[in-house]
Order: sequence, then C-alpha cells, then structure tokens
Amino acid sequence: MDMSMLINILIQTAYASTPLLLSATGEIFSERAGIVNIGLEGIMLISGFVGVVVGQELLNPFAGVVAAVAVGALIGLLHGFITAYLKGDHVISGLGINLFALGFVPYGIYAVWGVRGYFNPSDQAKVPKIFGVSPIFIASLIIVFAIQYVLFHTKFGLSLRACGEDPHSADASGVRVERMQIIAAVIGSSLSGLAGVFMSLDWLTTITKDLPAGRGFIALAIVNFANWNPLLGLLGSYIFGFSWVAIEWLKISSLKQVIPVTLLNIIPYVVTLAVTAGVLGRSRPPKYAGVPYKKE
Amino acid sequence: MKVSMSSIKLKDKYGDILMAFAEVTVATLIGLGISAILIKVGGYSPTSALYYLFKGAFGNLYGFYTTLSYSIPLMLTGLAFAVSVRAGLFNIGAEGQVYISALGAIMVASIALPSYLYLPAEFAVGVTFAIAWSLTAGILKVWKGVNEVVSTIMLNWIAYWVVEYSRSNIYYDPLSPDRTIRIPVSGRLPLLIPNTQLYSGIFISLAVVVIFYIIMWKTAIGYEIRAVGLNPNASKYGGIRISLVALEAFAISGLLAGLAGVMETIGRPPTYAIVTSLTNLVNLGFNGITVSLIGRNNPLGIIPASIFIGGLTAGATSMQIFAGVPLEMVQAVQGVIVIVLAIPGVIRLIKSKIRR
Repeated sequence: MDMSMLINILIQTAYASTPLLLSATGEIFSERAGIVNIGLEGIMLISGFVGVVVGQELLNPFAGVVAAVAVGALIGLLHGFITAYLKGDHVISGLGINLFALGFVPYGIYAVWGVRGYFNPSDQAKVPKIFGVSPIFIASLIIVFAIQYVLFHTKFGLSLRACGEDPHSADASGVRVERMQIIAAVIGSSLSGLAGVFMSLDWLTTITKDLPAGRGFIALAIVNFANWNPLLGLLGSYIFGFSWVAIEWLKISSLKQVIPVTLLNIIPYVVTLAVTAGVLGRSRPPKYAGVPYKKE
Repeated sequence: MKVSMSSIKLKDKYGDILMAFAEVTVATLIGLGISAILIKVGGYSPTSALYYLFKGAFGNLYGFYTTLSYSIPLMLTGLAFAVSVRAGLFNIGAEGQVYISALGAIMVASIALPSYLYLPAEFAVGVTFAIAWSLTAGILKVWKGVNEVVSTIMLNWIAYWVVEYSRSNIYYDPLSPDRTIRIPVSGRLPLLIPNTQLYSGIFISLAVVVIFYIIMWKTAIGYEIRAVGLNPNASKYGGIRISLVALEAFAISGLLAGLAGVMETIGRPPTYAIVTSLTNLVNLGFNGITVSLIGRNNPLGIIPASIFIGGLTAGATSMQIFAGVPLEMVQAVQGVIVIVLAIPGVIRLIKSKIRR
C-alpha cells in the first residue's frame, strides 16, 4: 500500500464518518437535555432532498445547505413541541418522522423531477471543495468541539444537562426546562439536517429514497457507544464510518472472489451490532432522556 | 351496587373506545390534509387524488377485496409491534423478519418434496427464520442491553441485503432473473375469490388475532407481558422474570412477522416469489407500526386498523394510475398519522383550545 492510497482511504473514511458525526453530535446534545429523537434517519432524508431541490433550483449550493439545515431545525421544533410541551411520546413521534420521510421523499423526487428513485444534482449545485476538502467535513470537526465546550464548560450547558438529568431540580433553580429542551431539539435536529445535505450535495451528490441507509440509527448507536460524550462520539463515528470505506475497499480487493459484492453491503450493520454489543453495559443515558417532564 | 359498578366500568370502556376512535379520526384528517397540501404543491389535483385513493380502496367490490388482501399481512405485523409495545419494547424489526421469512419459504420451494409437504415446510422454515432473527435482537437486549430500536433496524438492513443477495445469486429464476423461483402450485395458499388478490390467508390472520387476544388477556404469559410493560419494577418484585418475558415477546413478535412474510410470498397472486429490491415485501413491517398505533396496540383494534391501512395501500395504486400522484404519498400520510398519535389526548387538547 503506497502513500497516496493511504491518504485516499483516510479521506474516504473522513467523509463516510462526517454524516454519522454530525447526526450523533446533535442527538447527544438533544438527549443531554432529555429529548430523544429516533427520527434522525428521516430528518437526514428530508433535508438531503430539500437541499437538492433548493440547491438545484437556484444553482447555489450554499442556499441548498441553508435550506436543509432550516428544515432540520423545523422538524426539531415540531418534535420538541410535541415532546417537551405536549408531553408526547418521544419514540413514537420520531418513528412518525421516519415513516413520513419514507413516503415524502420518493413522492417529492417524482413530483419535482419526474423521475423514479433518484436524482443527481448538476455540478453548479454541488458544494465546492475548500483546499481540496469538503467544508462541511471541516465544519463537523469544529461543531463537535464546540458542542463539547458548550455542554461541559458553560453555564448554559450545565442548565441544559440538568434538564436531562434532573428536570425537577433544574426547574426549581429557575431553568425553563421546556424552552431549554426545545432549543436542544432544534439544534440537534438541524445537525442531522446538515448531515443529510452533506450526503446529497457534497459527498455522494445524489438524492435517493434511501440515502441515509440506516445512518440515522447508526448515529443512535454511536450516542450509546459514546456514553453521551461528543468527543467519544467523534471516535465512534470514525470507527463506524470506516466500515463503509471497507466495503468499497473489499469490492476491489481479491476477496471479492470469496464474498460476493452484494453481501458486502451488510458490513456496516454487522459492525454496528457487534461493536454496540461489545462495549455496552457500561454506558448510562441521562436519567430523564425520553421521559416527558411534568411539573408537580 | 355490583351492577352499577360494572355498568360504570362498561361506560368507561365505551368512552375509551369512542375517544380512541375520535383521536384516530382527527389524526387521519390531519394526515390527509397535509398530504393534500403536498399533492397541491407537487402540481397534482388533491381532490382527484383523494377520490381515486378511496375509490380504489373501498369504491367497488374488487377494490375492497384488494384492501382486505393487504390487511392479511398488516394485521400480523401490527400485532407483532403491539406485543412488543405491551412488553415495553420498541421492536421495529418486523420489516426484516418479513424479508427473512419470505426467503425461508423460497428456500423450501427450491427443493424437491412430496407436494403435500410444501405448505407446512414453508411455514415451518419461514417462521423459524423470523423467530431466530427477532430473538437475535432479544438476546442482545437482555444480555448486553443493546437498544432494540438500533439492533432491529440493523437486522432489517442485514436481512435486506441477505435476501436481495439470495434473490439475485442463488434462488433467481433462470427464465426471469428479476425474481426468485416461484412457489410450486401445491405450496400456495388458495385464492378466496377468483381473479382478485384476496387469498385464504385472511382466515389465518383473523384466527391468529383472536388466539392472540386470548393469550394476552386470558393466560399467565399474556398477563406477565402486560405487567412488565406497565411496570417493570413492580413485576420484578412480583416474581416475574423480566428478561424471560422480554425474550418471549421478541419470539412471539418474530412468529407473527414470519407468518406475514410467508403468507405474502405463498398467498398473493400473481408472483408467488420475491421480486427485485423486495418491492413486494418492503414496508409491510413498518406499516404494521401504524396499524398497531391506530388500533391502540389492542388485538381487536388492530383488525379495523389493518383494513384501513390496507385500504390506503390498495387505493395508492389507483391514485397513481388515475390521478398521476406517486403512490408513496400514502406512506407520508401514515407518518403524519403516527406523529399526531404521539400526542397524548389530542381530543382533550382540541376541546380545551375551543373552550378558550
């Protein structure tokens, strides 16, 4: 293996890990405040689609990214409103987001472009590289450190974590729990929106009806793996991200004579199962994550 | 005294059913309303879309038979989700269990057997596969604490690729490589009404729902499952072995999803096979979630719910053909219905807003 191939694998791993990292970081932020959102997969898909629609229509990738993040934030607002204010069921609301995306995006692809299954944006709509790398990849690294800092080194972060650990005490000490949870849900979901548009306008530059291919749920696994810590999430995302690169790598290796290419697609999911089963048991979620908070 | 007590209880029960019905109606109206907006924005006619959706589902006898035919698997996948929820688990793995059980049926079809053995063997192998698939998530849950939402979705994807691989590389039909070999005629479930899709599996599904109702409400195992779902801590102190109950719930759930997958493959005309990208199986498991939630995770509520969602599935094709609206739209309607049903006491909420 020569140097250029190694660099190539590193870049591929970085890109394959970026959507996982963004989505998992957002979910860690959200769950730290007590809001569980299993609709990450659906948000990625919807945002990925909206990003392509807007980016392609205006031939402006920046507008596409902004629209995608805004849609992610909007879904977060809806989910946050249902769970924090209306005391709705976190998991069912998230399931609903996923089911909606499963229908809305293939419908939208046909309604907008008149094609079935997938659409590839034109070159002018794609996110340009900065110094040869994706700007969203760079942003993902900045975001994870920023979230780590906010969560553990600011008063805001302390109040936010209090909402997830002990909302009654947080409330008693003057934190507006519901408002805090909505903010966390909005920020968390907008990061999944960014993850979606990273795939559709930057890394893979296509929108298909199963663009995230389970990544939203792998991000949930990373949240567990990372014990709700963003920096450990960074590690987890890169471990899981590499499994996707491994597929492409094995497809061109001599191993393809032994294992058929179609079957290689199971690797990321098997890795996720194996790794989560291997490390779990030691992690502990925020005490009130997913539990509707009711004032006494 | 005793009489009045029970009559109050009865009144409460009817009140609950009425309330559930009202909530589902509101959720459905919101779902259809939002989809009408999306249909309009997409440049189609919402009135014509809704007209053909309902015409295709309930407008004539043929449509109604198609609707009923889709309720056959949905009843079972709905029940599969319901039993998990009753045990306090969010097992969304019915989707993958449907795939893997269908593969089991096709594997049986690929071997030479005395003709009377095909049917029982298809059920036995398919359902066993599905139970094993479901128990994998169950074992990971009780042994390692792996979140079942994550593990079941991973298992869905693994099932998808394993079955898709088997379809294209092992069990493909040399004459028609876009699908697997077909189930032999002696291994198929008979049609109930000729020239429709309504096959006799509907009796199996209905019987399973009734048996299931009895198990859940009249036996010790059902009592334990419900107790664990309602209050795991109290159940533990009450002497119920929680992990055993969880495994039971996963196994039952797999059995139900497996029945759905086998019956769709050996019962629905005209293919009697697994087709490219598993399109004849995709979403049967996920739609069961909607069925279960609409039916309030109650076996008897699941029957009408499965006919309703079966109707959406059947009507979607007619909507696509006659109104030009892509059939995936009905999936989005279901998503909205589920989101609305996540809100507790929708009706109470609306009432309080109106009074204000």
